[in-house]
Amino acid sequence: MPDPLITMRSVTKVYGTGATQFQALKGVDLDIQAGDFVAVMGPSGSGKSTTMNILGCLDVPSAGTFLFRGHHVETLDRDQRALLRRRYLGFVFQGFNLLSRTSALENVELPLLYRGEDKKTRRELGMAALAKVGLDRWWDHTPAELSGGQQQRVAIARAIVTQPDVLLADEPTGNLDSERSVEIMELLTDLNRTANITVLMVTHEPDMAAFARTVIHFKDGLVERIEAQHQQGAAVEA
Amino acid sequence: MLGTTLILALRSIRRHLLRSFLTILGIVIGVGAVVTMVTLGKATTAAVQQQISALGSNILQIRPGQGFGRGGGGPQPPNFKPEDVEAIAQQVAGVTAVAPQASASATAIYEGANWSTSINGTTSAFLTVQPWPLVAGRYWTPAEQEAGKAVCLIGNTVRTNLFRGADAIGKRIRLGNISCDVIGALSTRGQGGFGDQDDVVVMPIKTVQRRFTGNRDVRLMLVGVDTDYQTSTVQAAITDLLRERRHLTGGRDDDFNIFDTKQISDTLTGTTTLLTRIVAAVAAISLVVGGIGIMNIMLVSVTERTREIGIRLAIGAVAREVLLQFLVEAVALSCLGGIIGLVIAQGVILALVPLMQVPWTFDPQINIIAFAISAVIGVVFGYFPARRAAALNPIDALRHE
Ligand SMILES: Nc1ncnc2c1ncn2[C@@H]1O[C@H](COP(=O)(O)OP(=O)(O)O)[C@@H](O)[C@H]1O
Ligand SMILES: [Mg+2]
Repeated sequence: MPDPLITMRSVTKVYGTGATQFQALKGVDLDIQAGDFVAVMGPSGSGKSTTMNILGCLDVPSAGTFLFRGHHVETLDRDQRALLRRRYLGFVFQGFNLLSRTSALENVELPLLYRGEDKKTRRELGMAALAKVGLDRWWDHTPAELSGGQQQRVAIARAIVTQPDVLLADEPTGNLDSERSVEIMELLTDLNRTANITVLMVTHEPDMAAFARTVIHFKDGLVERIEAQHQQGAAVEA
Repeated sequence: MLGTTLILALRSIRRHLLRSFLTILGIVIGVGAVVTMVTLGKATTAAVQQQISALGSNILQIRPGQGFGRGGGGPQPPNFKPEDVEAIAQQVAGVTAVAPQASASATAIYEGANWSTSINGTTSAFLTVQPWPLVAGRYWTPAEQEAGKAVCLIGNTVRTNLFRGADAIGKRIRLGNISCDVIGALSTRGQGGFGDQDDVVVMPIKTVQRRFTGNRDVRLMLVGVDTDYQTSTVQAAITDLLRERRHLTGGRDDDFNIFDTKQISDTLTGTTTLLTRIVAAVAAISLVVGGIGIMNIMLVSVTERTREIGIRLAIGAVAREVLLQFLVEAVALSCLGGIIGLVIAQGVILALVPLMQVPWTFDPQINIIAFAISAVIGVVFGYFPARRAAALNPIDALRHE
């Protein structure tokens, strides 16, 4: 087996100080291989989002090591982590988080702007990403003019426009009905397979987790068990 | 990176047009007020100086009459006589020349054209006191002056109205009841605070006294003062001499006034300069208030756009880029405000110049300074909100409702 893309060892996370101190992660060990499609499940408050924030280099562990592509992320400062995110990561959020009053294309182009791409390249890559999520004809619509499912697909286009190694999605279908949810999952599955993007996704719906190859169950700030699924999407297709 | 930041800032300004406009209103008003006030102030000062300098510097003007503000009652003080003019010229040290004036008004007629104008009788001394070049012809000779010949120099306005561009020298015009030879054409002096200075016919004083006023009175004396002498000293000496000649003894007030044009000029210039400074200071305060307005709205904007900042940070913006974005946004806004303020100021100045009867001027210096100040205000008052935005934690920012 090749070296894993992501390795976490004894990762803990403590929020707050003193009396209000709360330990959200109590020693998480994880290995994630490049190209995997991982679903993170578990009851509310079990530490899923906390783990995703650390995996997404948005936050650092209180203790333990987190290796991403050989970088010891726990030793990096704010800006160094920002540069890692810019280069290797894409994010999809539960609340879509698009810039309002801004066209779909401009939203999708945003990460390219921070990469210093010129206008022509931004336009081409942006339109290509929108085409990949099937929204190229909607490029000039603002979020307010798009449905929830369309907004989430714009968000996915924004996440993949930089061709990231890893796409992180915290409850990407949490605000969508089941039909729209399945569409999003099919899109993620397709990206995982054809663009070889490693997908890390938090969900509490087993139907959605069924699309993943690996399911990690969290409980009380610890990994409870890891299960490999050989028949992706079986639960829906059956 | 600055290019990217500028794009982001301009997009953001465009997306929130109304808010952007309200943000810069203070700057617009501040810059507009400063530029308008300073420009009009300078123009007023220049106009006053021009009017004063048209009178000539180092000149004392002497008129019969009580001092300002004293009752108009009582008998009219007598005019001066040619002997007074002589006495001052001979006896007071520091006097270069004394030009008497006797004036009248009459209608000037040449062929079909006629024009009402004023006639100024004087001696060749007026050229020493207040040089006035000719554009054509000659001045009168001492013999013509002594004999009270009917010769005249005509001002530009008179020349234009009577001769309409044709040659005037050597022509004979009618002035009231007399005929008069035009021997010289005076150069243009322009509009002064005392009316059109070119609407005049200048003649030897004897001619005017004999043919128009019918007496030997001198209504006004212009005294040229040697630049080596203090005008106040000369003024005091003239006062003593005239009091003696007019038999003013003991505590009796002067029945004549002596104006020092330089003193009037200094006083007026000082006053207008001071006024300009005060008004500019008030306007500058409004600029600072405008800056605080920018800071206030930028702070609101940072709070309102917390989620946007979270998105930018999450997709890989470094703190410096967020800081720069908000800073550039603030500077772009304040510069925009500055430019609009400058344009409005030019409009207001154009509208007010004819009303205030001052010359239109464009002062690049104050425009550049006001614009630079607006840019600096953007930096100073934009920095604090921008730093606050850059310091946000991406996770908290994304969760912000
Ligand atoms: N910023 C924070 N400050 C304090 N406590 C937090 C913070 N973020 C999360 N927590 C707490 O940590 C625990 C785990 O949270 P989270 O990882 O969001 O759970 P999940 O996503 O699995 O629902 C929860 O009890 C939550 O209240
Ligand atoms: Mg969560």
